[in-house]
Amino acid sequence: MNWDWSAVGDFMPMFWDGLLVTLQALVLGALLAFALGLVWAMAQRSGLAVVRWPVNVITEFVRNTPLLVQLFFLYYVLPEWGLTLSAMVTGVIGLGLHYSTYTAEVYRAGIDGVPAGQWEAATALSLPKSRTWGAVILPQAIRRVVPALGNYVIAMLKDTPMLFVIGVLEMLGEARQFASETFLTVEVFTVVGVAFIVISYPASLLMRALERRLVR
Amino acid sequence: MSADSTPLNTSKETANPAADGSELIRFDKVTKRFGSNTVLDSLDFTVNSGKHVTLIGASGSGKTTILRLLMTLIKPEEGTIKVAGDYLTHEERDGELVPAGDRHVREVRKKIGMVFQQFNLFPNMKVLRNVTEAPVHVLGLSPDEAEERARGLLDLVGLGDRCDAYPSQLSGGQQQRVAIARALAMRPQVLLLDEVTSALDPELVAGVLDVLRDIAHTTDITMLCVTHEMNFARDISDDVLMFDAGHVIESGPPEKIFSEPEHERTREFLSAVL
Repeated sequence: MNWDWSAVGDFMPMFWDGLLVTLQALVLGALLAFALGLVWAMAQRSGLAVVRWPVNVITEFVRNTPLLVQLFFLYYVLPEWGLTLSAMVTGVIGLGLHYSTYTAEVYRAGIDGVPAGQWEAATALSLPKSRTWGAVILPQAIRRVVPALGNYVIAMLKDTPMLFVIGVLEMLGEARQFASETFLTVEVFTVVGVAFIVISYPASLLMRALERRLVR
Repeated sequence: MSADSTPLNTSKETANPAADGSELIRFDKVTKRFGSNTVLDSLDFTVNSGKHVTLIGASGSGKTTILRLLMTLIKPEEGTIKVAGDYLTHEERDGELVPAGDRHVREVRKKIGMVFQQFNLFPNMKVLRNVTEAPVHVLGLSPDEAEERARGLLDLVGLGDRCDAYPSQLSGGQQQRVAIARALAMRPQVLLLDEVTSALDPELVAGVLDVLRDIAHTTDITMLCVTHEMNFARDISDDVLMFDAGHVIESGPPEKIFSEPEHERTREFLSAVL
């Protein structure tokens, strides 16, 4: 087995393209997961069973089926229903939806961790629901769960290669393509592996530092 | 000079004139159960406006439950509660009494303020914003008006210089004084005080009681206190209600209750706490 540094150099232009796509999918997917997860978490606390039940069913279903299956479903089945989305958009929706069911649990834990006295004080002051959530409960809840949310972003990063199966040319996709043309498999897949650890390890250190600062 | 420059409400400022001695709070056959435990059993009692009423009794006798019912933190199983002539947990629709909607509860509840045992300040907000939050977002005051009101009240409780602190940077006694200012900023007709000194270190109790005594003696706000500070109760109360097993078993001015209680349970309770 030979290591060819020039192959690494040749791969770089495609690698950067792939990295950019990976980070785009990650950022957009994470934003979707953060937003949607919050919607699920708040809906699960709704006083209305007609709101709680469907949300419980959806989140349990999505959480308990594999992301890969969901990606295939979104990519191949939605067009049959007349909804054709690009691979990238499908991938972002798939990632975001899948991880929103995890972030929902994280938010739920954060919301449950806010002392009952905070809700009581908000009631005693007659604060409207929007202020109770927006100014009192969520700022306290989210502060505590930032590290946990961050850990899911790192997990998402490691799931982005799955988007390759629906044709998103992220890092792994670019590597596969390059390898199939040049047969230089060792170099390109090593580069991709190193890229993941270079991003995710410092990120996990950052989350641990945040945890020490924010969670008290 | 605007009416807002005075930090506390007087009868001139409130929409419903307070302190005219008329009936402000009425409990009518109120029953509250927690599971199979009946905490209040068909309770009747009234508080007239401007009065300072202290509820005493052993723990579990239902005193705090009364405050929590008034603050709508819990709902009664049976009976009605009226505040300043309006039903609190019910509303009249087509001549019938039906469970109150959110909006109605919100309106009536604005007449009531509460100070909690555990302060319950919002830890993510600075002291000043703790006090301005509700006046701005509930009463619709402009931020400037609310800030002026809040600064006046924080001066009154001796914390005018801590507006920019976070609650966690204050002592328990200071936090409780902020909580008092926060409740007063809504200009309630009734102030509920739920064992407000119980969570404080002994040396911090006096500061909080001084503030409350000051408010009791200089305003016409109606106060309903649950406290174990019998000296404070004696000092500020017009009436003391002795609770036992969800009933008022004895009531009267503090001189009478504390020095010549009629009921055996009252005598037992007082000898245990005094």
